[in-house]
Amino acid sequence: MYGRGILKGLSVTWKRFWDTYIEDISWLLRGKKRYYTEEGIKHRSSADTKGIFTIQYPEERLILPEEARYVPFLVYDEKPDGTKEQRCTSCGICAKVCPPQCIWIVRSNDPNTGRPIPEPTEFYIDADICMNCGFCAEYCPFDAIIMDHDFELASYGRSVYNMEKLLKPASYYKSIRPENYERNDAERKAKEAAKAAKAAGASAAQAAQANT
Amino acid sequence: MTTPVSPSPTAQASSFDLAARFPNIVSAETRPNFKGWIVPKENLVEVATALRDEFGYDLLATVTGVDYFPENKMEVVYHAYKTTGGPGLEFRVQVPREDPVEVPSLIDVWPGVDFQEREAWDLLGIRFTGHPDLRRILMWEGYEGHPLRKDWKEPFYEEDFKPFKSRWPDGQFHLSEEKNPLQDNLKFPQNFDPEKWIPEGDALLYGSLARYSLKNEDGLETDRIVLNMGPQHPSTHGVFRAALTVEGETIVGLKPVIGYLHRNHEKIGERNTYIQNMPFTDRLDYFNSMANNFGYALAVEKLMNIPVAERADYIRVIMAELTRVQNHLVFIGNLLNDLGAMYTPALYAFEERELILDIFEAVSGARMMCNYFRFGGVVRDVPDDVMQKIKDLVFERLPAKTDEMDRFLTENEVLVSRLQGVHVIDGETAVKYSVTGPVLRAAGVPYDIRRADPYSVYDRFEFDVAMRSHGDLYDNYLIRLDEIWQSLRILQQAIKQIPQGPINSQKPVYQVRVPAGEAYGRIESPKGELGFYVVSNGKPNPWRYHVRAPSFVNITPLEQICLGTKIADFVALFGVLDVVMGELDR
Repeated sequence: MYGRGILKGLSVTWKRFWDTYIEDISWLLRGKKRYYTEEGIKHRSSADTKGIFTIQYPEERLILPEEARYVPFLVYDEKPDGTKEQRCTSCGICAKVCPPQCIWIVRSNDPNTGRPIPEPTEFYIDADICMNCGFCAEYCPFDAIIMDHDFELASYGRSVYNMEKLLKPASYYKSIRPENYERNDAERKAKEAAKAAKAAGASAAQAAQANT
Repeated sequence: MTTPVSPSPTAQASSFDLAARFPNIVSAETRPNFKGWIVPKENLVEVATALRDEFGYDLLATVTGVDYFPENKMEVVYHAYKTTGGPGLEFRVQVPREDPVEVPSLIDVWPGVDFQEREAWDLLGIRFTGHPDLRRILMWEGYEGHPLRKDWKEPFYEEDFKPFKSRWPDGQFHLSEEKNPLQDNLKFPQNFDPEKWIPEGDALLYGSLARYSLKNEDGLETDRIVLNMGPQHPSTHGVFRAALTVEGETIVGLKPVIGYLHRNHEKIGERNTYIQNMPFTDRLDYFNSMANNFGYALAVEKLMNIPVAERADYIRVIMAELTRVQNHLVFIGNLLNDLGAMYTPALYAFEERELILDIFEAVSGARMMCNYFRFGGVVRDVPDDVMQKIKDLVFERLPAKTDEMDRFLTENEVLVSRLQGVHVIDGETAVKYSVTGPVLRAAGVPYDIRRADPYSVYDRFEFDVAMRSHGDLYDNYLIRLDEIWQSLRILQQAIKQIPQGPINSQKPVYQVRVPAGEAYGRIESPKGELGFYVVSNGKPNPWRYHVRAPSFVNITPLEQICLGTKIADFVALFGVLDVVMGELDR
C-alpha cells in the first residue's frame, strides 16, 4: 500500500507526542515533580528518558559530572589560624604543558639567598585563550590548579584572570569535586606521613649518632 | 622473490621488493625508523603506474610534503593501500629545496591526489607539474608565501617551539596583539595595498569553470549562469562555497572553494609538543573528537613504539564506536534537514547524541572537546556508574532508538522517491578518487580499515563490514543505519570483554620522548580514513604533523558526482559526503 511508510513514520511521532503527557501524568500520580527538581533533571538525562527532553536553562541546570572542566583556578588551604596557604609552588609545569600557552607565572627569588621561593608572585590565566583542555590540572604535582565548574564566563572585555580572581579555597574544590578531593587528600596525607616518618627516622638516627 | 634490503623489515615483510622491479631506479629508505622506497622524480609516474596496475595498490590515501629545511631538501610522501586489505606501501620523492620545487603530478594515475596536491602546493610550495588546476586551495590566490615551510612565520609569531620562554619563570603578562601588532608581522606581496586590492583568485576560479563551455544539442550557445552556493548557505554545513555553473537547473561545472575556516592546524601542531596536540585534534572533526584522539594517539604510539594498556584499548574502542553511533544518527537527522524535513528527525537524533555526549563528559570532562586519549592509554578510567549507563544505552536504548529511526524514515515513500536512484558515485570512481568511509562502502567496495588493516583490538570483535551496492543516495542513507547496528555489535562485545587493569601503560609525563622517525597512524573514523602523519627529529616537538582528513579528501570527486544533476540534488549529494568544516579546512 502506498503511504504505509509515511503512516509508520507518523506513528513514531504520534507516540513521541503522547510520551510527554504519559510521563507527566505518571510522575503526577506518583506525587513527584518532573520539572525544576534535581530528580526530574536526572531522570530526563538518564537512559530511561521519554518524552520531552529539554532542560529549561537557566531556570533548570544540567547536573555537571564531577570531571566537567572549564577555566582553571588555584587552590589555597585554609589554616586553623585563618591564614591562606597557597598550594602552588610556581614550578611552571602547567605553563609548560598548556597547549595555547595562556598561563603566565612570575616566580620570585629570595633577595637574601637568591633561591626561588616556592610560591608564585603573580599568576595570570588568559581565559579568552584557554581551551579548557585540563592539562594543567592533570599534570600539576601538587593539586594546586584545578578545573572549575563555572561555565558562565561571558564578559564584555578581555578576561585575563590574575591571582586575586584565580585563588579559591580548598573547601570550594571539595564542593565541586568531592571524589577527586578525597583521593588527592588521601595521597597528600600519605605523602606527608611518609615524609614525617622519614624525618623522624633521620632525627632518630641523628640522635642515635649523637648518643654514641 | 629476493629479501628486501631495508633497515625496517616490518615495512616490507608482507610486501615485495620494489627495487628489484625497478633496478637502479628505486632504492629502499635507509634512515632509521623510516619506511618505504625512494623514487626519483623522473620515474615517479612510471613507478606509480606499476604500483597501481601490477601490484594492486589502487587506493592512494595520502600525499603530503615535508620541508627538511636544515638539509635543504623537500620531500613528497605517498601512502598507497589495497582496497582488498593489508598493510600499505609508502614511497617518497626527494627534491632539492630550490624554487621552483617541482614534482610530477600523479593525477593521471590516481585522480584522488587532486586536492591533496593542491594543498601541498598551497602550503609547502611544491609545484606538481602536469596538474591541470594547480591553484591554491586553503589560502587565497595572491597570498604571499607558503605557510608550512619552516622559514615562514605566522602573525603573532613568538617562538618556533612551545613552551614559550616568556611564560615562566618570569611571566610578565602581555597581550600578544600589543607586543606583535598585526601589520608588523604580516607579509604582503610587493606593492600590495589592501585598499586597492581586487581578488584575482575569483577570475582564476571562474576561468577554471569556463572549461565546461559546451554548446547545446542544437549547436546554439546558451547562457550559463555561475552561481555561488555558500559560503553562508544552510545546506553547506558551515562555511563552504561551491561555485556552480548551471544550465537551467542542471549543473555543468562545479568548483568547491574552501579554506574559510583554515587555521593552519598543521603549523600549530608543529609548534606544539606532542601531548599539546591532543586537544587540538579535538577541534578537527568536532563531532567525533574521540575518533580524532584515537588516530593521533595511534600515530605517536607507533613512533614511540609503546604498547597500549589492554583496558585502555577497550575503552578506546567503546568511545570510538559510541562516537560513530552519534555521528551517523546526526548524519541521518541532518540529511533529512537538507532534504526539507526540518528538525523532527534531527532532534530525535540529537536526543540520543545528547545521552552519548553525557557519557563523554562524565569520563573526559567535556562533551565535544574530549581530549581523552593519552599516549599508551587514556586519561582516566570509566567509573562504574558511567559504565552502567553505557550498558543501558548500548544494550537497551540505542538498539530501540535505531530501530525507531528505521521505522520512522526508511520506508517513508517521500524519502525513498527523493533518494532512490540519485546516483552518488560508483565503486571504481570512488576508489580512483581516494574516497573512503561509508560513501565508498555504499558504492559496493567493502573497505573498512577496522577489517582491512586492523588497529587497536578490532581484530577481537565479530562484526560485518556494512556494504551496499547501488551507490545512490538511498544506499548512502541505509549504510549509516547498517553501520550503527555493527557499531552496537562491537560495543556489546567490548563491554562484555573489557578486562580490569591499568588504563595507561606509561607514566603520566607532560613531555614525552619520541625517537626520530616517522609514523602514519590511521583509523576508520565515522567519515572515512583519518590519518596522522608524524615526523619526529627526536626533539620535543614534531617536525612534521600532517592530518589526512576524510572530509577533505572525500570532496575531491564532488564535481564528478554533481555534473549533470539538478541543483536541488546538490544539497543532498553534498550532504551524504558528511563533511565537517573543522576537518575540511583545518
